[in-house]
Amino acid sequence: MRPILLQGHERSITQIKYNRDGDLLFSTAKDHVVCAWYSVNGERLGTYQGHQGALWTVDVNPTTTLLATGAADNTIRLWEVKTGRCLKTWDFPTAVKRVEFSDDGTLLLGVTEMRMGYLGTVVVFPINPDIEATQAAEPLFTITMSGSKATVAAWSYLNKYIITGHEDGSVGQYDGKSGELIQDVQAHEPDFLITDLQMAPDRTYFITASKDKTAKILSVDNLKVLKTYVTDTPLNTATITAKKDFVILGGGQEARDVTTTSSRQGKFEARFYHKIFESEIGRVKGHFGPLNTVACHPKGVGYASGGEDGYVRVHHFDKPYFDFMFEVEKMASAQRQLQ
Amino acid sequence: MAPQYLDTEDKFDDEDIDFSDLKEQYDVRLEEGLDAFVVVDGLPSVTEAIKPKLVKVLLKKLSEVGRTNADAIFMPLNDETKKTEGYAFVEYETPEQALAACKKLNGFALDRAHTIYINKLTDIERFGREGRIDETYHAPEVEPFVEQEHLRSWLSDPNCRDQFCLYRGDMVGVFWNKKKDQPESAVDRSHWTESFVQWSPLGTFLTSIHQLGVQLWGGPSWKRIMRFYHPYVNLIDFSPDEKYLVTWSNKPISVVEGNPTLGPEEEGKQFLIWDIKTGTLLRSFAAIETSDAQPEEQKGDKAAPVKRKIHWPIFKWSADSKYVARVRPGQSIDVYETPEMGLLDKKAIRIDGVVDFDWAPAIPTVGGKKTPEQMLCYWTPEMGNQTARVSLMNIPSKTIARQRNLVNVIDARLHWQNEGKYLCVKVDRHAKTNKKATSTNLEFFRVAEKDIPVEVVEIKEMVVNFAWEPKGDRFVLITAGEPVAGAAVQTPKTSVSFYCPEKIKTGVGKFRLIRTYEKRNSNAIYWSPKGRFVVVATVHSQQGADLEFYDFDFEGERKQSEKDLTANLQLMGTADHYGVTDVDWDPTGRYVVSSVSMWKHMMENGYHIWDFKGTSLLEEHVDRFKQFLWRPRPPTMLSKEEQKEIRKRLREYSKVFDEEDLYEAESANKEVIDKRKRQLDEWLAWREKVEKQLREERAKEGLPEDSREETWAGEEEGDTVIEEIREEVISEHEEEVV
Repeated sequence: MRPILLQGHERSITQIKYNRDGDLLFSTAKDHVVCAWYSVNGERLGTYQGHQGALWTVDVNPTTTLLATGAADNTIRLWEVKTGRCLKTWDFPTAVKRVEFSDDGTLLLGVTEMRMGYLGTVVVFPINPDIEATQAAEPLFTITMSGSKATVAAWSYLNKYIITGHEDGSVGQYDGKSGELIQDVQAHEPDFLITDLQMAPDRTYFITASKDKTAKILSVDNLKVLKTYVTDTPLNTATITAKKDFVILGGGQEARDVTTTSSRQGKFEARFYHKIFESEIGRVKGHFGPLNTVACHPKGVGYASGGEDGYVRVHHFDKPYFDFMFEVEKMASAQRQLQ
Repeated sequence: MAPQYLDTEDKFDDEDIDFSDLKEQYDVRLEEGLDAFVVVDGLPSVTEAIKPKLVKVLLKKLSEVGRTNADAIFMPLNDETKKTEGYAFVEYETPEQALAACKKLNGFALDRAHTIYINKLTDIERFGREGRIDETYHAPEVEPFVEQEHLRSWLSDPNCRDQFCLYRGDMVGVFWNKKKDQPESAVDRSHWTESFVQWSPLGTFLTSIHQLGVQLWGGPSWKRIMRFYHPYVNLIDFSPDEKYLVTWSNKPISVVEGNPTLGPEEEGKQFLIWDIKTGTLLRSFAAIETSDAQPEEQKGDKAAPVKRKIHWPIFKWSADSKYVARVRPGQSIDVYETPEMGLLDKKAIRIDGVVDFDWAPAIPTVGGKKTPEQMLCYWTPEMGNQTARVSLMNIPSKTIARQRNLVNVIDARLHWQNEGKYLCVKVDRHAKTNKKATSTNLEFFRVAEKDIPVEVVEIKEMVVNFAWEPKGDRFVLITAGEPVAGAAVQTPKTSVSFYCPEKIKTGVGKFRLIRTYEKRNSNAIYWSPKGRFVVVATVHSQQGADLEFYDFDFEGERKQSEKDLTANLQLMGTADHYGVTDVDWDPTGRYVVSSVSMWKHMMENGYHIWDFKGTSLLEEHVDRFKQFLWRPRPPTMLSKEEQKEIRKRLREYSKVFDEEDLYEAESANKEVIDKRKRQLDEWLAWREKVEKQLREERAKEGLPEDSREETWAGEEEGDTVIEEIREEVISEHEEEVV
């Protein structure tokens, strides 16, 4: 499983996304440029230029026609994937930390930062899938966070809920149509930031990563903690793999502390845990800074990680990865075949 | 309406308040001026004519501890009998002298019939005042007998597992070793200690160190057995039989009056020696001011405390715990007898220039006969015409058993073999030709043989580490070459050498080198407590962190060149533990633990358990890990014959053990499998429920079952064709165009 090293960014990577087909990979970094890559060989397809600040987030719609990005220049921009043309720019008073298309591509959410007297918000825009159409200028609704600010957010299945992860370690559930708060739970240790929140392929459960060194799987419907993965390092990102029942966690020592110790100590490895048994299966080394983001290929044939070191590493899984099974799983699958 | 508090103020009256408790606490003691007075009791009753004579005798005695004069001795006469009453009041110059008189002269026998008792006048006032002494005798209440817990209960574990203590973060816990599995907790408490924990030498007590002193814990319930009050205690040491405890604090004790354990005589002392069973203080000692500390103090900032390296223990115990001794550098060795804690024969053993000493760790057998005497070894450096000397002395007879003169000595270190059979004196000396270079001589005293013959092994390089095989006669040493000038690496490479005696018909032959491994980074030697196996490690080093497991009695083929040696050395395994700081064998010599303590550095703290041949059993990363300590075991109570019998039948026993292990592994495995099965079933059931719900909801909205299926439909069947255009430079030509 020799990784492909994508050296297109000059600063630390902030987010990576596969498109739904899995053939393209989009990455954002603090260097103002969005890159699109062929996931199979790491060839760069192109870049999207226009942002005036560090990019924090990227997402692509289900048909891979539209690309949304959020940046520290206080804008969300919508791009045509094919040409790199900027279709729409929404301005905000503060930086945008997270954008995500809904499962059907008709809605886009954005998480804005709390700063300079503005409270953190989650905004929801209607999206017209037609490239040539003019997009709405005003959001459908805005959720304002009066308590702890939201750091990440995601759509549930059928756009039923918006799930938010907060700075104080809590997870919130909002109505996807009206933006009303339904409930929130203190999923992680209080005062430990939730750094990432990624949905399972069918968006019925999600994984959160936190600085409290754990990642957790919660159910979308009732925010019940289903699984907990305990590690020895603060986590920046977590993703659920398709096909195999694994999760991939990434993190490492805080970037500002890295220079004071050896890279060995930094724990800059992607960690694989078994999703159901919560036990660690393996680690993938390579980055020499903390991992900021991991994304799994939608078909589960590979994954990509982006680090503080500015590199994206694209991995394709080998046969042993797919063959690996716990005894219990082998027994269960054998039984299923019998039936 | 007036505020409420005004009313109360009006009614307030000083007279109503009972100040008696405060008065008692803060009242100024008026007897201050009487501190220099003592009352002498038990004097003979004499007539006025003889009185001056008595005063003279008394004065002579009293002047031994302080300054007083005949006028300061007041011996009242009884008006009727015209005789003295048998007591006297004496004034000393200072309260300290009065105190010294009370301490030293109390109970002194003046003659056969008269023993004098000396007390401070203020004490008589305080304790003897009217009404304070009950005239009728009350028998002291005998406390009902409370059954003590068995302090060695851990030894009766059905599987004979060993325990260890883990100190990490604020938690101190004792765990059972479960080999490859997670250790099983016996007890786990937070903030059990404030600085570190320590086992007593036989494993009976766990010691916790606090700002106020030391506490001992033990028994199956881990309750407190005893505590010893010593403010700011830094280090402790047990006597080998766990009867006595030495505590040391960097700060001299300042006694608060009224303290039940520490009296005024403990003022300024740094060492306290305790009886563990009763918890009583036996004696306190002040630190010895070393002369070399003086100039340092003048040089450095006066306010900053002088940091001196101390070699702990300072008070060293003899093998039978009958004597405890410390060295007064350059002057003498002070040997104290337990439990009275008086100097042996009431005087220190005067040895000019003495640098260091050590007790034989076991009662040595000289010439095959068991001598009941303890033995200690000390060395003195070159002084004037006298060469440096290593001497062996018998205690209590103070006879010199053996003495050896040495020349060109820089430093010497004493290494006893743990049975006291051999003493190796590592002598660092100037090379004969080149004054700058140093070499090392190992002087072996064969204490167990008649007349204690000495054998010398010369080593060309500096020996940085040396270790005897426990219960054996082999040793390992590490030498360091000269540091290469200008080399990037600070520490020079080391060599590890293994030695054993030659094979001879009777007795123990000459020590011979087995093998030397060169160009290593190793710096530490850890013998198995049962001998035979040894771990040579690189600890706390930037260069590496390797552990090498050697067997001295390898049961395979042996090299032709080593045929006449009593060892067959074999490297069994090597391992690597990043950043390792400590290595510790379990008391049975079956397991080795290497650990990384946060006290040394913060990287990858935790511990690894290995078996004796270097196979990794368990790797634990523990956040803020501090200490790993195996619980020591007391020596076996089986006789030699019984041990032999067990060794003979080991095969039968081990079969049973193997079966037990297998059973345990299976049941543990089963547990894990069951748990996983349950988890898997739960998950699958939950998924089924959720998927069904999702399908229904999608159907309600008129959407296909899975949004993804449509995008991927068709794709799965045919192989996707990925077009990739690669441009390659096949060859490059450079043509010159004319």
